[in-house]
Amino acid sequence: MKELKYENIVNAVSALVVACVRVTPSAKEAMERARECESCPAAKFALDTLLKNAELAKKSGLPVCQDTGMACVFVRLGQDVHITGGLLTDAIDEGIRRGYKERGCRASVLDPITRVNTGDNTPAVVHIELAQGDELELTLLPKGFGSENMSKLYMLTPSAGLEGVKDAVIDAVRAAGANPCPPIVVGVGIGGTAERAMLTAKEQLLREVGKPSDDETLAALERELLNKINALGIGAQGFGGDNTALAVHIGKHPTHIASLPVAVNIQCNAVRLERTVL
Amino acid sequence: MDAKILNLPCDKEALAGLKAGEYVLLSGTIYTGRDAAHKRIVEAIDRGDVPPIPLEGQGIYYVGPCKKDGKVTSAGPTTSYRMDKYAPTLYRLGLRVTIGKGDRSEDVYAAIRESGGAYLAAIGGAGALYAGAIKSAEVIAYDDLGTEAVHRFTVENFPAVVAIDCEGNSIYRREK
Repeated sequence: MKELKYENIVNAVSALVVACVRVTPSAKEAMERARECESCPAAKFALDTLLKNAELAKKSGLPVCQDTGMACVFVRLGQDVHITGGLLTDAIDEGIRRGYKERGCRASVLDPITRVNTGDNTPAVVHIELAQGDELELTLLPKGFGSENMSKLYMLTPSAGLEGVKDAVIDAVRAAGANPCPPIVVGVGIGGTAERAMLTAKEQLLREVGKPSDDETLAALERELLNKINALGIGAQGFGGDNTALAVHIGKHPTHIASLPVAVNIQCNAVRLERTVL
Repeated sequence: MDAKILNLPCDKEALAGLKAGEYVLLSGTIYTGRDAAHKRIVEAIDRGDVPPIPLEGQGIYYVGPCKKDGKVTSAGPTTSYRMDKYAPTLYRLGLRVTIGKGDRSEDVYAAIRESGGAYLAAIGGAGALYAGAIKSAEVIAYDDLGTEAVHRFTVENFPAVVAIDCEGNSIYRREK
């Protein structure tokens, strides 16, 4: 049994907010590769601008994008951890509150009915998974909503098959067009229930950009869909060209005999991700 | 690449020479507004009230900036289609330019053609870089909306691409 104090969790989460000023290295490398092979001048201009911006943000500590997101926090909680001094989710919110304020990141969270802003970017959206051991792993994905608004859930029937899955992903990316700030990373969740499919899709965004699935069938599907998406010609910022997506990441979960859920959750070019283990 | 220069506010003639796909560097005064501010501005107009910003010849930038100690630290564009419900009214009242990202509705295309306006695309995700082009910023309306308040920005060499020109040609609707 390991004891973790509330205040230590607050400090750790607050430190993760550095994510907002850093494009994660794998995304930057993928954008550099995209720029090298880009044939459309306007798209090349967009990629050049984004790479310059990533460099500037890193050097100056300014937020990469003004949409510093809704704070999505993925927790892996070892069963041998004992948290003292308060509730885990309260500690996460307090860390988000402090981190966003200290860095001047935007308060983008409000009541959906009254539209009154909470003023401190809380509450975070927290997903907790139990794990073996005595460690607490915390991952912050500040998720912008230009891309989040382009999420799609398809409750296909089994007869749709793999072709139906591919069509659904292409449909979601085509409908999103320029809105999610391409070049994008496409997170796909196949199977489960409605909410499991969407969470699986979002969890795929936590991978290093372009790292293939461990499952060979899914890895092949990722390659095929990436080629198909980049053939759509939407391109960086919707300006056309060869690089609509940097990667497609697919996960799956067993589902019901009656269904074939496909969830698509899109990540914009500003991939920001920080992880820590206590 | 060569960029054209556009100073805001501007008259229709200043936009007549700009074609979809061309690069522009903006300087001058622009106003900010996104979802919540647009709702209030158009409600004010519908009531017969004077809107809190001048419209004739002006530009509105769809942005909710990050600020620290009153200074803008990140200010890239937000997705424009969410303002499509409000934009035609504003173009018809003299608004000349909107700046955002992503394609617009048919109603917005029509309003741009009729009014001789334009729609410019800024690069979504380049917020830190855009902060450098914003030389001053002040809140002029709806302070209670926080980042969604209407700001007046003075900008210099703000990079953008002509997304929809005054004839309705569009960078998003290309021949494949």
